[in-house]
Amino acid sequence: MYRTPEGKDIFVVDGHTHFWDGSPENQKNIHGKQFIECFYAYHTGLSPKEQLWEKSKFEKYSADDLYRDLFIDGPDDVAIVQSTYLKDFYKNGFNTIERNAEVAKRYPERFIVNGAFDPRDGEKALEYIHFLKEIYNVKGVKMYTAEWNGASKGWKLTDPDAYKCFELCDKLGIRNIHVHKGPTIIPLSKDAFDVHDVDHAATDFQNLNWIVEHCGLPRLDDFCWIATQETNVYGGLAVALPFIHARPRYFGEVIAELLFWLGPEKILFGSDYAIWTPRWLVEKFWAYQIPEDIAAERGVQLTDEIKEKILGLNAARLYNIDIEAKKKALASSPFSIAAE
Amino acid sequence: MATASVSGGRQNELWRRLGEVNDPELDEPITEMGFVERGEVKGDGSVEIDFRLPTYWCSPNFAFLMLDGVRKALDQLSWAPAYRVKLHDHMFAEEVNRGMAEGKSFGDIFAVLAEDQDLGGLRETFAMKAFKRRQEAVLRGLKAHGLTDREIVGMDLPAYDVARFEPGEAAKQQPRYRAALLERFPDRRADDPVFVTWDGQRIPPGALSAHLAELRGVRINMEFNGALCRGLKQTRYKELDVVDGEPTLVDFIMDRVPARTAPSA
Repeated sequence: MYRTPEGKDIFVVDGHTHFWDGSPENQKNIHGKQFIECFYAYHTGLSPKEQLWEKSKFEKYSADDLYRDLFIDGPDDVAIVQSTYLKDFYKNGFNTIERNAEVAKRYPERFIVNGAFDPRDGEKALEYIHFLKEIYNVKGVKMYTAEWNGASKGWKLTDPDAYKCFELCDKLGIRNIHVHKGPTIIPLSKDAFDVHDVDHAATDFQNLNWIVEHCGLPRLDDFCWIATQETNVYGGLAVALPFIHARPRYFGEVIAELLFWLGPEKILFGSDYAIWTPRWLVEKFWAYQIPEDIAAERGVQLTDEIKEKILGLNAARLYNIDIEAKKKALASSPFSIAAE
Repeated sequence: MATASVSGGRQNELWRRLGEVNDPELDEPITEMGFVERGEVKGDGSVEIDFRLPTYWCSPNFAFLMLDGVRKALDQLSWAPAYRVKLHDHMFAEEVNRGMAEGKSFGDIFAVLAEDQDLGGLRETFAMKAFKRRQEAVLRGLKAHGLTDREIVGMDLPAYDVARFEPGEAAKQQPRYRAALLERFPDRRADDPVFVTWDGQRIPPGALSAHLAELRGVRINMEFNGALCRGLKQTRYKELDVVDGEPTLVDFIMDRVPARTAPSA
């Protein structure tokens, strides 16, 4: 719960968090090393100085760190923890549902655990989706379209194998598809973070919610165009939000575009923990105002009401969280960090 | 000393040429982005370049466009030196460096890696984005000066060339937009309007605001990458990598030369 300086309590759903192991012991090869180093560069490049972690802690932090940073020091009420395997880079996977589920079991009210699958696995992917539903009862999945898989350096949401998987998700009621669409990286021959495949998939799967993490940046214009047309496309603020510290005016331009095109109902807060911790992000976001000239040009304002939607109400709607019931449940489960 | 001034002159020329190579995605010089880790003119006149992108994962086709730009810049050097360009810490560094060592062209090396990549199309996309971003900066500068929309869209090249801006983005982009305009429309006449769409359409005064909103979207995207790349580059490679014991001009320009300590005896 975030208590504003005015004394109002804001329900916070952190839409994009991780519990990863990027430690040297788990790295399979140079790519695994470089992947976590890239994350660490994001961390050091966009965090306030007093929030910086040591590299070794960043590579592998404990369940207690996670719990404390999100819920005790941090203002999250509920965190959606995503799974990202990167099996070509990490021996035991980077951020697995097994590891996520283990910590969630200790604090069941706090976490929503999302799975992940790779459509390139064909039939096995379909079996695995059944497994995710039966064993973990997932409500959402994280799709990492630039993930390597043998000779393949990426895939598209519109690939026929992917469509089979989404059909099954639809059938099983796995409704929230978080898609990583961020800064341009690999692969080579096609840009796996291009956002246009979302357009087709969202049209063809109206029952599913497509949450585009990182708002498609740096393809914000493409993303806005798609999210405006498609009622079931949402934008996650992870990676865009930390600019609120390093380049606040720039953040103003981004959020103004999102408000103008998508409207306040379709934008979701996400800290991208452990790249960033949620506390400072939420505090700065609550205190933030779009610079006047930008607000005037786009005709939008970031009001308290809108901030409240972005910080929690929108995600609660997608994940069917009954906020009043959740508040009661959380109040009766005391903060316990030394549960083991 | 004559040799010193020759080598200093060559070093300057090298740096000036490299400074004309842009990161195609950001439309900013690779030298300002800090991607050229080292650029050295050796005693025999040959040139060594160490090139490093902000992340291991930077899109290889963008790396190609930049390295190709570097190669063209080196080919233009007045003393026609032999040169070596080395890409560091990139997922395809090994392939690229091996290919270059074997004397293959960048095109050949990347053709193997890039399969069906249409680099011509990519170049055109980036040229369009650069055109729009530069134009937006100048348009905003003119509006800040108090010019009306009608005056702005009616402006021709002679009027454009005498416009003066406060130091800042508009001043920086004024000559760069001019270059992009003439590259896009080489046959234009001096009394044609300076501000047109990428397709060459005039902008009616009433449409300037909408046009600016579109340009802003382009800039926001480009700035995102620029800000991110700078941040990543800074934090990842802030250590000074002195190769032959002495920092080069690149290090001074990037402001990463530590205060000189007393020489050890």
